[in-house]
Amino acid sequence: MHIEIDEISKSFGTTAALTPVSLAIPSGALVALLGPSGSGKTTLLRILGGLEYPTSGRVLFDGQDATGLTVQQRRAGFVFQSYALFRHMTVFDNIAYGLKARPRASRPPGAEIARRVTRLLDLIQLPDIGARYPSQLSGGQRQRVALARALAIEPRMLLLDEPFGALDAKVRKELRQGLRDIHDTTGLTTVFVTHDQDEAMELADLVVVMSGSTTGGKIEQIGKPQDIRARPATAFVREFLGA
Amino acid sequence: MSDAPATWRPATEETPLVRRLLIAAVLVVLALLLFAPLVAVFYEALRKGWWQAIATLAKPEALSAIRLTVTVAAIAVPLNAVFGVAAAWFITKYDFRGKAVLLTLIDLPFSVSPVVVGLCVVLTFGANTWVGGLMVNAGYPIVFALPGIVLASMIVTFPFVARELIPVMVEQGRAEEEAALTLGASGWRTFRTVTLPNIRWALLYGVLLCNARAMGEFGAVAVVSGKIRGQTATMPITIEMLYNEYLSVAAFTLAAVLALLGFLTLGLKTFLEIRHADALAASRRH
Repeated sequence: MHIEIDEISKSFGTTAALTPVSLAIPSGALVALLGPSGSGKTTLLRILGGLEYPTSGRVLFDGQDATGLTVQQRRAGFVFQSYALFRHMTVFDNIAYGLKARPRASRPPGAEIARRVTRLLDLIQLPDIGARYPSQLSGGQRQRVALARALAIEPRMLLLDEPFGALDAKVRKELRQGLRDIHDTTGLTTVFVTHDQDEAMELADLVVVMSGSTTGGKIEQIGKPQDIRARPATAFVREFLGA
Repeated sequence: MSDAPATWRPATEETPLVRRLLIAAVLVVLALLLFAPLVAVFYEALRKGWWQAIATLAKPEALSAIRLTVTVAAIAVPLNAVFGVAAAWFITKYDFRGKAVLLTLIDLPFSVSPVVVGLCVVLTFGANTWVGGLMVNAGYPIVFALPGIVLASMIVTFPFVARELIPVMVEQGRAEEEAALTLGASGWRTFRTVTLPNIRWALLYGVLLCNARAMGEFGAVAVVSGKIRGQTATMPITIEMLYNEYLSVAAFTLAAVLALLGFLTLGLKTFLEIRHADALAASRRH
């Protein structure tokens, strides 16, 4: 799905989080929102997912205005920073949650739900953990379960907030490839937030560098990883990449 | 640590003598302030034998008091559970101006004397007020009747549920609810399948405390009930009336029943604490 962000701004009370930003994300792309904390990248992601409403501006999905769509209507597969798995449910029930939450008319029968959960567990290469609880999983396993749960609703896009933030370096490397593979298999337009430039450069097709200031976060440069490395557009980008 | 040298001691630990003295002091205080009075209540109740005690309980006055107290708790506690959950949900899941004021308001019944609460109810809903007069004319007086007693009990016990829930819900954050919403769940479904299971033990704990207090409330009820014997006298009120009339067996027997109801609550609470220590850890602020 093609996503267009048109002059979106956001302020929380008197604090500006985003100055008007515009960005076009081609269908099927894997995009990184890269920037230091306070640059508004998570806010932008949450606006895409419908968890925050913008103060001004529009969001368009496939050319249609989606600004007023509720979080449920957006059908965005969202992976949260600390994964936000339902702690009182098994892995199976976590992944099945979105399917069971559907209105009766479009809810798949139980056997079909079970089949789909099994398939997703295979996709994340953890076929045997369905009966376990989130507290019994390692950090890397939790991240993959969160990914499977987001994919279960057959989302129109995948949004990930610092998906590797809580993991150690070795697991992080493995899971990067895992996300790349899942993106390539599903063909979903994917946006992830990170403050780690290696992660952004290695994984994404398109990198959006953002910076923060008292007037709110803004976009410094949009481009392919190699172009941004070769030709930083602003002093901020040069400094941020050099650091 | 049996294999540690006899002289070795953790830095935070006191010498055996100090430790024993402290434990002894606590035991003496507990015995004098808590245990002895309780034993006295049961001793006085049973002084003239089991039959005497049971006979006083079978009197219409005592039966009516027990029935009234249980009725008040059965109405006030569920309502306060609902209001408490709503207040905690509102305070922890949304950001809005005046949150601190609302938190203080919730705590108000803790800091205001119950007698004042009772007076407030009388002054607001008494027969010579607009609402109170209307209700009296309609045949449903609020003050000196069941609605007033329920109202006063609810005000006094309002903070218990919300106060138990707020720290737990703050600690759990909003991420799981947000996840449920992104997965397509409605607000109500999210509450039912994600929020409620996560707070169930804290909620039960709050409800138990609320119940104990609702059944034991004296000050506010004394003012609004009018202490009409056999009609608006709850267990604590009846105990006081019996005691003032030197009917000590009847007074202490009813007191023993009230204490037993308290023990039941405490027992349940302890049982839950042992079984669900982790879930309750965040709510232990008393």
